[in-house]
Amino acid sequence: MTLFYALIALGSLALIFGLILGFAAVRFRVQSNPIVEQIDTILPQTQCGQCGYPGCRPYAEAIANGDEINKCPPGGDATVKKLADLMGVDAKPLAGGEQAEPIKTVAYIREDECIGCTKCIQACPVDAIVGATRQMHTVLIDECTGCDLCVEPCPVDCIDMLPVETTKQTWKWQLDAIPVTQID
Amino acid sequence: MEKLIAQIKQGKVWPFPGGIHPPGQKTISNTQAITRLPLPGKLVVPLKQHIGANGQLIVDKGQQVLKGQALTKPIANWSVPVHAPTSGIINDICQMPSAHPSALPELSVIIEPDGQDQWCELAPVTTPSQLSHEQLIDIIHDRGIAGMGGAGFPTYIKADSRKAIEYFIVNAVECEPYITADDVLMREHAADIIAGIEIMQQLLTPTLTIVGIEDNKPEAIAAMQAAAEHNDKIIIQTVPTIYPSGGEKQLIKLLTNKEVPSGGIPADIGVLVQNVGTLFAVHQAVYEGKPLIERVITVTGNTIHKPGNVWALLGTEIKHLLDCQGFSPVPQQRVVMGGPMMGFTLPTVRIGVVKTTNCILAPDHDELAEPGPEKACIRCSACADACPASLLPQQLQWFAKSKEYDKLKEHNLFDCIECGACAYVCPSEIPLVQYYRVAKVEIKEQQAEQVKAERAKERFELRKQRLEREQEARQNRHKRKPAAEKSADEKQKIADALARVKNKPAKGDEKSAVAAAIARAKAKKQNQDTELEPDNSDVALERAARKEQARKYKEQKAASNTAADPDDKKSAVAAAIARAKAKKAAASESDNESTSAPADDKKAAVAAAIARAKAKKAAQAVSVENDNSESEVATASPADNKKAAVAAAIARAKAKKAAPAVSVENDDAESEITTASPADDKKAAVAAAIARAKAKKAAKAEQAASVENDNSESEVTTASPADNKKAAVAAAIARAKAKKLQQEGSDQ
Repeated sequence: MTLFYALIALGSLALIFGLILGFAAVRFRVQSNPIVEQIDTILPQTQCGQCGYPGCRPYAEAIANGDEINKCPPGGDATVKKLADLMGVDAKPLAGGEQAEPIKTVAYIREDECIGCTKCIQACPVDAIVGATRQMHTVLIDECTGCDLCVEPCPVDCIDMLPVETTKQTWKWQLDAIPVTQID
Repeated sequence: MEKLIAQIKQGKVWPFPGGIHPPGQKTISNTQAITRLPLPGKLVVPLKQHIGANGQLIVDKGQQVLKGQALTKPIANWSVPVHAPTSGIINDICQMPSAHPSALPELSVIIEPDGQDQWCELAPVTTPSQLSHEQLIDIIHDRGIAGMGGAGFPTYIKADSRKAIEYFIVNAVECEPYITADDVLMREHAADIIAGIEIMQQLLTPTLTIVGIEDNKPEAIAAMQAAAEHNDKIIIQTVPTIYPSGGEKQLIKLLTNKEVPSGGIPADIGVLVQNVGTLFAVHQAVYEGKPLIERVITVTGNTIHKPGNVWALLGTEIKHLLDCQGFSPVPQQRVVMGGPMMGFTLPTVRIGVVKTTNCILAPDHDELAEPGPEKACIRCSACADACPASLLPQQLQWFAKSKEYDKLKEHNLFDCIECGACAYVCPSEIPLVQYYRVAKVEIKEQQAEQVKAERAKERFELRKQRLEREQEARQNRHKRKPAAEKSADEKQKIADALARVKNKPAKGDEKSAVAAAIARAKAKKQNQDTELEPDNSDVALERAARKEQARKYKEQKAASNTAADPDDKKSAVAAAIARAKAKKAAASESDNESTSAPADDKKAAVAAAIARAKAKKAAQAVSVENDNSESEVATASPADNKKAAVAAAIARAKAKKAAPAVSVENDDAESEITTASPADDKKAAVAAAIARAKAKKAAKAEQAASVENDNSESEVTTASPADNKKAAVAAAIARAKAKKLQQEGSDQ
């Protein structure tokens, strides 16, 4: 008989706690950010397609489905490291021997050579080039992601990728430089 | 609060944690009165000397300017104008090295003084108490006043604080070694500074104004106390000499026992701090109407013969300052802008003085040794003891070195005031502040990039949406419409289009043939209203019309180019092109028909073939007699698809043959023309090539059509695929022949 009471007591306890937990699971559900979103925020959003996918989001989806994390040259090593942390895998060097710290660039159209073919406008993934047919085109530097996609379609090769200029706001002391002293 | 004010009035100060006691070295420069420098040979005035945006240039190269004349006018928020420091001519407006450790170029106005030092018209105000708040703010803004303590924050923004200010603090601490600019300014101009404070009191209406002065400046304290005697709302507070009590947050803590929250500004806790030099400039701007064009600068160091304070016009090159005070540089001389703690070594001495320059230090190697090589951290924690912001410099250093920016933020890196106390006490000579500065820049860069990435993502998504929308719109244009919707207006459209085509000046028979073919196709289409058909008929018509126009234009151009009557050859070429075009149009028509309405395939194909044949005929009629081809075509017209295809191929070949044949004949007949214009030959060859290519294309299309129509055939069921092949072979042979003929023609 005591065994029976014990069973009833334990069973009812289990039922009560089960109900509480079940209620809590529904009521206090935390909507976690889907992994694709998290990966997408880490990627640099240049939309350059160098990973082989048409944009950053498709690559984020591919990573979530098990693709390699080292296919993003514009992100450099920093991005690979962050992705490795997020995905719980080992960070590895960039595929294709790309530079670990990519130089930021922006497109620059040599405007007197531009023939106004609008091909670069169509290629730009972020609509950072303005212009019209047979009119000179120009790049909105603040919007350009430096993805290189406009360079290839240009029939007259008038687009250069120039490194982003250092301003006083972005200038840094070179701490690892070896001081050069002149010996008289 | 009353208690706090009472405590403040009793002279109580609340020490902040940390701090260091570096040797003051102030007596080197604070014993003499402020001197005035002779006019320099040129002045380099950067447009941006403060935090915020540039003003807009309102002067031109070569323009004569008067002393105090505005060179820029404020445009965006936080932009402050700059003024001409003396009268003279603007030699140039160009990028010049700026007063920054990087010396990155900055747009500057270069003025060559004319020696007159002639003021522009000033508008002094004798009784500022009669001015409204806005008028005073405008004066402070237009006179270009920015914080002169070091950061260069636009004063008009601070003075126009939207938050209620309880304590107005005047920073006269000047805690950094060597610098005595504020000290001597207070000694000489205490009354003016107090007047400036009163203007700020009028603007901010604080409960209490506290002037904090370090106890190593007794003369300045005495002068200020004497000047402030009449105003019981101003308290001159003596604070102990400790570096960095001149830091804004440290001074607030020291004088009011309040702490600025992390990431906040003093106004959040009802406090506002102004530098004493700024207040003197405010006095000058209001009472004298003078814009900010000069400031007191301490020129000091062991390599300076006459160390002291000077009134220097903004834009005066550092070299001029050094030369005037007597300068005998040592090997590898360093010239530091600012003090030894927070200043930076100038990359060049050809940099102009700006509004925030308070000291030029030219030390020899004994007084300010080059930092030795960095050694390993021994975890002595001297830096943590010295830190006035209660941070963990050692910890921050590790994170900065390993670029762990999240950790740095967690450890409140952005509360670091970069005072350099940690680096000063470090026995391992680790340049801690430098690490923090680099890390701060990198974090800011990352944040900016994050924002940029967000924007790029948004723009990318928007673009994708736009492209999808466009594609949908395109598809809708071609979407099949229900037959019921068609009918009346649709028919009207077609009729209009036909009328348009017909009304066009009929130039050649080929055109009418095309029109006829199209008309036939249309009629057929209209007959079967129940069928669902793509509604691109009028588009096709328009295209045909466009093509016609293009062809006409080409003809005209050719005519004008050769400036001769259309001779036989030319007409032959034109005919060939026309033929090819007609063929293509007809083929596309038949193609269209066969795919969309399989029931009608045969008829359409036949019609197309007829149209083609007719077009050819017409063309040939225009060019020369070529009757056999016509008869061939005639035999071909009896309707069946395969045959039609084969016949078309043959006709094509014939036509091809005809074109060069014509040219050959013409060559024989009119040898003068050939010899006179060998270019015509070439033209003919080119035309033939074009015609060939077109014919090839048409043949392909026809083959496709004929394959589709195979099953509906009854007559030529015996060997239909063979027939197809035959047609292709025939076409190939025809092509080869045409080529050969054309070669012969060109040879002749």
